Amino acid sequence: MPMIQLTNIEKHFAGQTVVHPLSLTIGEGEFLTLLGPSGCGKTTILRMIAGFEQPTVGEIFLDGKDVTELPANKRDLNLVFQHYALFPHMTVEQNIQFGLKMKKIDAAEQKERIAEAIRLTQLTPLAKRYPHQLSGGQQQRVAIARAIANKPRVLLLDEPLGALDLQLRKNLQAELKQLQRSLGITFVYVTHDQEEAMMMSDRIVIMNNGKIEQIGTPKEIYNRPQTLFAATFIGENNVFHEAERMFAIRPEKLKAVRDREQKAKRKGIIQDIVYLGNVHKLMVHLNDEQTTVSICLDFTDEDEWQIGQHIGVDWLDADEVNIGL
Amino acid sequence: MKKTKWLISPVVLWLSLFLILPMAIVVVISFLGRDEFGNLVIQFSLDNYARFFDSLYLGIYWDTIALSVLTTLICVLISYPLAYYIANAGPTRQKIWLLFITVPFWINFLIRTYAWVLLLRSQGVVNSFLMDIGIIDEPLKMLYTKGAVLLGMVYTFIPYMVLPIYVSLEQMDRKLLEAASDLGASRWRAFWHITLPQTKSGMMTGSVLVFVSTAGMYVVTDILGGSKSTMLSNIIQTQFLGARDWPFGAALSVIFAITSLVLIYLFNMALRSRHERSKEGRA
Repeated sequence: MPMIQLTNIEKHFAGQTVVHPLSLTIGEGEFLTLLGPSGCGKTTILRMIAGFEQPTVGEIFLDGKDVTELPANKRDLNLVFQHYALFPHMTVEQNIQFGLKMKKIDAAEQKERIAEAIRLTQLTPLAKRYPHQLSGGQQQRVAIARAIANKPRVLLLDEPLGALDLQLRKNLQAELKQLQRSLGITFVYVTHDQEEAMMMSDRIVIMNNGKIEQIGTPKEIYNRPQTLFAATFIGENNVFHEAERMFAIRPEKLKAVRDREQKAKRKGIIQDIVYLGNVHKLMVHLNDEQTTVSICLDFTDEDEWQIGQHIGVDWLDADEVNIGL
Repeated sequence: MKKTKWLISPVVLWLSLFLILPMAIVVVISFLGRDEFGNLVIQFSLDNYARFFDSLYLGIYWDTIALSVLTTLICVLISYPLAYYIANAGPTRQKIWLLFITVPFWINFLIRTYAWVLLLRSQGVVNSFLMDIGIIDEPLKMLYTKGAVLLGMVYTFIPYMVLPIYVSLEQMDRKLLEAASDLGASRWRAFWHITLPQTKSGMMTGSVLVFVSTAGMYVVTDILGGSKSTMLSNIIQTQFLGARDWPFGAALSVIFAITSLVLIYLFNMALRSRHERSKEGRA
């Protein structure tokens, strides 16, 4: 059952098209990620769903109701802002209470919901603090607690982990995913970090230049990219051009073979060897094409490879993924 | 340690020369006496302070506080919407509006105040106009009233209120309003719960500036208030220049300086939230 439906929406800013006509359906309880480089229109889509921007053309449906004209404060969803936008003059508790107060929820239930949001986000010892007394990760938790206390149908998250350091990010990614599962509400997540998208999402929408490049599960997107952009934006990929077509092959699907022994599809010279612990990679410059491909070798590979060595590069036909432009 | 001391010394020097020393002189003089010709007599006396408790001076003292508080309040009420409008206008319009706010400073203050005389007097512009269109038969008594003084004060000090409020509105993170709206607040409630508390510091700064300036202003009272409206600052001025009673003038100055400090302190305490105090405790 669709929770959010975008129908032929389009957004222009000062004569420029930032979101080209697109339609998108997001299911109930789904974790959907809008992924793309900065300026690809992903945040604009999120802001249109939240009600801070009006689509120039098209309609937005929330749980079957047309909310296109509805202002942000009347929509039954909440946004976690990129830089949290916590109210500096309110304590953690008061920040969380704000939405409940605005919705005139009775005092007893307010208390209950605040306690629950604080518990879910592990903020109990910090309830009486002010935002400026918290670390970035703690502020982030407050932003999430403030949103989920309202029990929204949908939670929108605009690069919520963007300002945090890597280790904290990894921890919070896992926590967020856990939270989404236990709450069972729809998450629409915006990020430019492909690893983050892969790790958390049920489905990923890859965007570029205001257009959708591909929609699919992380597995589909990784194994069957449909466009050049999708093929190269997610994970490492090798792109081959042949007369009338273009195809991509993941480094782990390529095989390095000794030049004279076997007949390989391509020939090249090893330019570099990179050890990454569990795998090592050969960077191979192909003789006929002016490109370098990377080949993943797993730990079972016993051959002694050397820089400057002439080798063959081979693969299975089935592992070729045709991509359009 | 030595370096920091050296760095701070110009400030200390400046403050000592231009703030602490003059204040100290005023305080010392307030305890001295004077002879019939107005010369200072070196002696210790509390007479100057005792004289203040005359009902005449006490009345003027309360009038001065009342007028300053009223001026401050009216300035806040007019300046807030104005500053809000300016802060929310487009960049070009903001510049034009801020220019309008500061233009009066380019014109001599006395001339601006006399302009009010021309407007308010019996044969003045306002009265002539009202009589011409037949709303009134005889001129309204506007000049030389307390109302005229209040008008002059508000007119003079409004920029002191508009600018700090404008700055605090400008500095506020607009995302907070989006967050409020996202959490279900209407525009009015977002203003009440977010914008207003976030701009308290601007109102506070403006209020202190306006209050202190009004309390110390005697020119407006002289020109627009005539002989009937007198403020403490007028008495102080008279004691120093007309009556040549420096010790009494100094005593009144000290009393009002202390009054201002106490009022500003109370005002700060009342407006300051727990949040700001927690911030200070940390710093």
